[in-house]
Amino acid sequence: MGGDDALLARLRAGDEAAFDALVAQHDAVLRRVARTFVPTPALADDVVQETWLAVIRGLDSFEGRSSLRTWIFTILANRARTRAAREARNLPFSAIEPDTPTVDPAAFGDDGRWRSAPPRLDVDPESNLLTGELRAHLLDAVEQLPANMRAVITLRDIVGARPEEVCDVLGITDGNQRVILHRARARVRAALVPLVEVSA
Amino acid sequence: MRFWRRRRHDHVDPLVCREFVELVTDYLEGRLPATERARFEAHLAECDGCEGYLADIRAVAGSLREVPTPPADAATREVLLNAFRELRES
Repeated sequence: MGGDDALLARLRAGDEAAFDALVAQHDAVLRRVARTFVPTPALADDVVQETWLAVIRGLDSFEGRSSLRTWIFTILANRARTRAAREARNLPFSAIEPDTPTVDPAAFGDDGRWRSAPPRLDVDPESNLLTGELRAHLLDAVEQLPANMRAVITLRDIVGARPEEVCDVLGITDGNQRVILHRARARVRAALVPLVEVSA
Repeated sequence: MRFWRRRRHDHVDPLVCREFVELVTDYLEGRLPATERARFEAHLAECDGCEGYLADIRAVAGSLREVPTPPADAATREVLLNAFRELRES
Protein backbone atom coordinates (compact mmCIF):
# COMPACT_ATOMS: atom_id res chain seq x y z
CA MET A 1 0.00 0.00 0.00
CA GLY A 2 1.61 3.20 -1.24
CA GLY A 3 0.43 5.63 1.42
CA ASP A 4 1.44 3.39 4.30
CA ASP A 5 5.05 4.56 4.63
CA ALA A 6 4.13 8.20 5.08
CA LEU A 7 1.28 7.35 7.43
CA LEU A 8 3.48 5.03 9.46
CA ALA A 9 6.13 7.72 9.83
CA ARG A 10 3.51 10.14 11.14
CA LEU A 11 2.10 7.58 13.56
CA ARG A 12 5.55 6.73 14.88
CA ALA A 13 6.24 10.42 15.39
CA GLY A 14 3.17 10.56 17.63
CA ASP A 15 0.97 12.47 15.16
CA GLU A 16 -2.43 12.43 16.88
CA ALA A 17 -4.40 13.56 13.85
CA ALA A 18 -2.97 10.64 11.85
CA PHE A 19 -3.93 8.19 14.58
CA ASP A 20 -7.41 9.65 14.92
CA ALA A 21 -7.90 9.34 11.16
CA LEU A 22 -6.75 5.72 11.32
CA VAL A 23 -9.29 4.99 14.05
CA ALA A 24 -12.03 6.80 12.14
CA GLN A 25 -11.24 4.75 9.06
CA HIS A 26 -11.04 1.30 10.62
CA ASP A 27 -12.77 1.19 14.00
CA ALA A 28 -16.29 0.32 12.84
CA VAL A 29 -15.01 -2.23 10.35
CA LEU A 30 -12.88 -3.85 13.07
CA ARG A 31 -15.94 -4.09 15.27
CA ARG A 32 -17.86 -5.76 12.47
CA VAL A 33 -15.08 -8.27 11.86
CA ALA A 34 -14.63 -8.89 15.60
CA ARG A 35 -18.30 -9.79 15.87
CA THR A 36 -17.72 -12.68 13.49
CA PHE A 37 -15.45 -14.30 16.09
CA VAL A 38 -16.99 -13.53 19.47
CA PRO A 39 -20.56 -14.02 20.63
CA THR A 40 -21.46 -10.60 22.02
CA PRO A 41 -21.02 -6.94 21.03
CA ALA A 42 -19.42 -6.23 24.42
CA LEU A 43 -16.72 -8.83 23.79
CA ALA A 44 -16.19 -7.43 20.33
CA ASP A 45 -15.69 -3.97 21.83
CA ASP A 46 -13.07 -5.41 24.21
CA VAL A 47 -11.26 -7.14 21.41
CA VAL A 48 -11.21 -4.01 19.26
CA GLN A 49 -9.90 -1.93 22.14
CA GLU A 50 -7.15 -4.49 22.83
CA THR A 51 -6.33 -4.43 19.14
CA TRP A 52 -5.88 -0.67 19.06
CA LEU A 53 -3.66 -0.76 22.13
CA ALA A 54 -1.56 -3.49 20.52
CA VAL A 55 -1.35 -1.39 17.35
CA ILE A 56 -0.13 1.64 19.30
CA ARG A 57 2.47 -0.47 21.13
CA GLY A 58 3.49 -2.32 18.01
CA LEU A 59 4.00 0.65 15.67
CA ASP A 60 7.75 0.69 16.17
CA SER A 61 8.24 -3.01 15.59
CA PHE A 62 5.85 -3.32 12.61
CA GLU A 63 8.04 -4.30 9.68
CA GLY A 64 5.75 -3.33 6.86
CA ARG A 65 5.75 -6.75 5.21
CA SER A 66 2.01 -6.49 4.87
CA SER A 67 -0.13 -3.40 4.52
CA LEU A 68 -0.96 -1.51 7.68
CA ARG A 69 -4.58 -2.59 7.33
CA THR A 70 -3.69 -6.27 6.98
CA TRP A 71 -1.46 -6.00 10.03
CA ILE A 72 -4.22 -4.41 12.11
CA PHE A 73 -6.77 -6.99 10.96
CA THR A 74 -4.38 -9.83 11.75
CA ILE A 75 -3.88 -8.53 15.28
CA LEU A 76 -7.65 -8.33 15.61
CA ALA A 77 -8.20 -11.87 14.33
CA ASN A 78 -5.58 -13.29 16.71
CA ARG A 79 -6.96 -11.43 19.72
CA ALA A 80 -10.51 -12.35 18.83
CA ARG A 81 -9.66 -16.02 18.51
CA THR A 82 -7.82 -16.02 21.81
CA ARG A 83 -10.83 -14.44 23.40
CA ALA A 84 -13.28 -16.78 21.72
CA ALA A 85 -11.24 -19.75 22.95
CA ARG A 86 -11.37 -18.39 26.46
CA GLU A 87 -15.12 -18.08 26.12
CA ALA A 88 -15.16 -21.72 25.01
CA ARG A 89 -16.93 -20.77 21.83
CA ASN A 90 -14.00 -21.69 19.69
CA LEU A 91 -14.45 -23.73 16.55
CA PRO A 92 -11.48 -24.93 14.58
CA PHE A 93 -11.41 -22.23 11.99
CA SER A 94 -10.35 -23.99 8.86
CA ALA A 95 -12.62 -26.94 9.51
CA ILE A 96 -14.76 -26.84 6.43
CA GLU A 97 -17.72 -29.15 6.52
CA PRO A 98 -17.61 -31.99 4.04
CA ASP A 99 -18.25 -31.22 0.46
CA THR A 100 -21.89 -30.29 0.63
CA PRO A 101 -23.52 -28.81 -2.46
CA THR A 102 -24.20 -25.07 -2.30
CA VAL A 103 -27.61 -25.45 -3.95
CA ASP A 104 -30.21 -27.97 -2.77
CA PRO A 105 -29.67 -31.05 -5.00
CA ALA A 106 -33.46 -31.41 -5.28
CA ALA A 107 -33.43 -28.32 -7.49
CA PHE A 108 -31.78 -30.37 -10.26
CA GLY A 109 -33.15 -33.25 -12.30
CA ASP A 110 -31.32 -36.48 -13.11
CA ASP A 111 -29.73 -34.76 -16.10
CA GLY A 112 -28.16 -32.14 -13.79
CA ARG A 113 -30.28 -29.30 -15.15
CA TRP A 114 -32.64 -27.11 -13.15
CA ARG A 115 -35.98 -28.88 -12.76
CA SER A 116 -37.62 -25.51 -13.14
CA ALA A 117 -36.08 -22.05 -13.43
CA PRO A 118 -34.47 -21.17 -10.06
CA PRO A 119 -36.09 -18.31 -8.10
CA ARG A 120 -34.60 -14.89 -8.76
CA LEU A 121 -33.77 -12.21 -6.25
CA ASP A 122 -35.09 -8.74 -6.96
CA VAL A 123 -32.22 -6.96 -8.65
CA ASP A 124 -32.25 -3.38 -9.82
CA PRO A 125 -31.49 -3.49 -13.55
CA GLU A 126 -29.62 -0.18 -13.48
CA SER A 127 -27.23 -0.86 -10.63
CA ASN A 128 -27.27 -4.68 -10.71
CA LEU A 129 -27.67 -4.49 -6.93
CA LEU A 130 -30.41 -5.97 -4.79
CA THR A 131 -33.46 -3.82 -4.29
CA GLY A 132 -33.81 -1.90 -1.04
CA GLU A 133 -36.04 -4.37 0.71
CA LEU A 134 -33.63 -7.24 0.22
CA ARG A 135 -30.64 -5.10 1.11
CA ALA A 136 -32.29 -4.38 4.45
CA HIS A 137 -32.00 -8.11 5.23
CA LEU A 138 -28.47 -8.67 3.99
CA LEU A 139 -26.67 -8.26 7.30
CA ASP A 140 -29.19 -10.52 9.04
CA ALA A 141 -28.46 -13.19 6.46
CA VAL A 142 -24.71 -12.80 7.03
CA GLU A 143 -25.18 -13.04 10.80
CA GLN A 144 -26.88 -16.42 10.44
CA LEU A 145 -23.83 -17.94 8.75
CA PRO A 146 -21.34 -20.19 10.56
CA ALA A 147 -18.35 -18.29 11.95
CA ASN A 148 -15.83 -19.06 9.22
CA MET A 149 -18.23 -18.04 6.45
CA ARG A 150 -19.19 -14.90 8.34
CA ALA A 151 -15.56 -13.90 8.71
CA VAL A 152 -14.64 -14.50 5.08
CA ILE A 153 -17.70 -12.87 3.51
CA THR A 154 -17.42 -9.92 5.88
CA LEU A 155 -13.80 -9.33 4.96
CA ARG A 156 -14.16 -9.96 1.25
CA ASP A 157 -17.55 -8.51 0.38
CA ILE A 158 -18.35 -5.98 3.10
CA VAL A 159 -14.86 -4.68 3.90
CA GLY A 160 -13.57 -5.22 0.36
CA ALA A 161 -10.37 -6.98 1.40
CA ARG A 162 -8.34 -8.75 -1.28
CA PRO A 163 -8.13 -12.57 -1.24
CA GLU A 164 -4.46 -12.57 -0.14
CA GLU A 165 -5.33 -10.22 2.68
CA VAL A 166 -8.07 -12.54 3.93
CA CYS A 167 -5.69 -15.51 3.82
CA ASP A 168 -3.10 -13.59 5.85
CA VAL A 169 -5.59 -12.32 8.39
CA LEU A 170 -7.38 -15.61 8.94
CA GLY A 171 -4.42 -17.91 8.36
CA ILE A 172 -6.16 -19.99 5.70
CA THR A 173 -5.12 -21.08 2.22
CA ASP A 174 -6.35 -19.35 -0.91
CA GLY A 175 -8.33 -22.44 -1.87
CA ASN A 176 -10.10 -22.55 1.49
CA GLN A 177 -10.79 -18.85 1.31
CA ARG A 178 -12.55 -19.31 -2.03
CA VAL A 179 -14.54 -22.37 -0.97
CA ILE A 180 -15.75 -20.61 2.16
CA LEU A 181 -16.65 -17.46 0.23
CA HIS A 182 -18.50 -19.57 -2.33
CA ARG A 183 -20.65 -21.25 0.28
CA ALA A 184 -21.24 -18.04 2.17
CA ARG A 185 -22.55 -16.15 -0.88
CA ALA A 186 -24.75 -19.07 -1.90
CA ARG A 187 -26.21 -19.28 1.59
CA VAL A 188 -26.89 -15.56 1.76
CA ARG A 189 -28.69 -15.78 -1.57
CA ALA A 190 -30.68 -18.79 -0.34
CA ALA A 191 -31.64 -16.90 2.83
CA LEU A 192 -33.03 -14.02 0.76
CA VAL A 193 -35.04 -16.16 -1.68
CA PRO A 194 -38.03 -16.71 0.66
CA LEU A 195 -38.39 -12.94 1.08
CA VAL A 196 -38.91 -12.59 -2.65
CA GLU A 197 -41.34 -15.48 -2.81
CA VAL A 198 -43.42 -14.02 0.00
CA SER A 199 -43.65 -10.58 -1.56
CA ALA A 200 -44.35 -11.90 -5.06
CA MET B 1 -5.53 -35.88 -39.50
CA ARG B 2 -5.95 -32.26 -38.55
CA PHE B 3 -9.66 -32.65 -38.70
CA TRP B 4 -9.65 -35.62 -36.36
CA ARG B 5 -7.55 -33.78 -33.82
CA ARG B 6 -9.77 -30.76 -33.85
CA ARG B 7 -12.83 -32.80 -33.28
CA ARG B 8 -11.25 -34.52 -30.37
CA HIS B 9 -10.14 -31.22 -28.93
CA ASP B 10 -13.54 -29.61 -29.31
CA HIS B 11 -15.27 -32.54 -27.76
CA VAL B 12 -15.60 -31.33 -24.18
CA ASP B 13 -18.55 -32.34 -22.09
CA PRO B 14 -21.00 -29.51 -21.84
CA LEU B 15 -21.53 -28.18 -18.35
CA VAL B 16 -24.82 -28.85 -16.60
CA CYS B 17 -26.53 -26.50 -14.15
CA ARG B 18 -25.57 -28.55 -11.09
CA GLU B 19 -21.88 -28.08 -11.95
CA PHE B 20 -22.33 -24.47 -13.02
CA VAL B 21 -23.49 -23.28 -9.59
CA GLU B 22 -20.36 -24.77 -7.98
CA LEU B 23 -18.05 -22.87 -10.34
CA VAL B 24 -19.62 -19.44 -9.93
CA THR B 25 -17.13 -18.12 -7.39
CA ASP B 26 -14.07 -19.44 -9.22
CA TYR B 27 -15.44 -17.75 -12.34
CA LEU B 28 -16.05 -14.41 -10.60
CA GLU B 29 -12.59 -14.60 -9.02
CA GLY B 30 -10.98 -15.21 -12.40
CA ARG B 31 -9.67 -18.57 -11.22
CA LEU B 32 -11.13 -20.90 -13.84
CA PRO B 33 -8.60 -22.37 -16.28
CA ALA B 34 -9.30 -21.34 -19.88
CA THR B 35 -11.05 -24.58 -20.90
CA GLU B 36 -13.30 -24.52 -17.87
CA ARG B 37 -14.08 -20.87 -18.42
CA ALA B 38 -15.10 -21.62 -22.00
CA ARG B 39 -17.43 -24.41 -20.82
CA PHE B 40 -18.83 -22.11 -18.16
CA GLU B 41 -19.48 -19.28 -20.60
CA ALA B 42 -20.97 -21.60 -23.21
CA HIS B 43 -23.46 -22.85 -20.65
CA LEU B 44 -24.14 -19.32 -19.42
CA ALA B 45 -25.03 -18.25 -22.96
CA GLU B 46 -27.70 -20.90 -23.33
CA CYS B 47 -29.20 -21.23 -19.84
CA ASP B 48 -31.50 -18.54 -18.44
CA GLY B 49 -31.68 -20.23 -15.05
CA CYS B 50 -27.91 -20.16 -14.57
CA GLU B 51 -27.64 -16.66 -15.97
CA GLY B 52 -30.11 -15.57 -13.30
CA TYR B 53 -28.29 -17.48 -10.59
CA LEU B 54 -24.99 -15.82 -11.48
CA ALA B 55 -26.66 -12.39 -11.55
CA ASP B 56 -28.08 -13.08 -8.06
CA ILE B 57 -24.67 -13.99 -6.65
CA ARG B 58 -23.14 -10.90 -8.25
CA ALA B 59 -25.92 -8.77 -6.78
CA VAL B 60 -25.37 -10.29 -3.31
CA ALA B 61 -21.63 -9.60 -3.40
CA GLY B 62 -22.08 -6.12 -4.89
CA SER B 63 -24.77 -5.16 -2.40
CA LEU B 64 -22.72 -6.32 0.58
CA ARG B 65 -20.00 -3.94 -0.62
CA GLU B 66 -22.55 -1.11 -0.35
CA VAL B 67 -23.51 -1.85 3.25
CA PRO B 68 -22.74 1.43 5.02
CA THR B 69 -20.12 1.41 7.76
CA PRO B 70 -21.23 3.42 10.77
CA PRO B 71 -18.83 6.20 11.79
CA ALA B 72 -16.52 5.51 14.74
CA ASP B 73 -18.14 6.92 17.82
CA ALA B 74 -16.74 10.08 19.30
CA ALA B 75 -16.22 8.68 22.81
CA THR B 76 -14.21 5.75 21.46
CA ARG B 77 -12.04 8.07 19.41
CA GLU B 78 -11.39 10.19 22.48
CA VAL B 79 -10.39 7.20 24.62
CA LEU B 80 -8.09 5.85 21.94
CA LEU B 81 -6.51 9.21 21.31
CA ASN B 82 -5.69 9.49 25.00
CA ALA B 83 -4.20 6.01 24.96
CA PHE B 84 -2.13 6.93 21.90
CA ARG B 85 -0.86 10.06 23.63
CA GLU B 86 0.12 8.22 26.80
CA LEU B 87 1.61 5.12 25.24
CA ARG B 88 3.61 7.00 22.62
CA GLU B 89 5.08 9.31 25.25
CA SER B 90 6.19 6.58 27.59
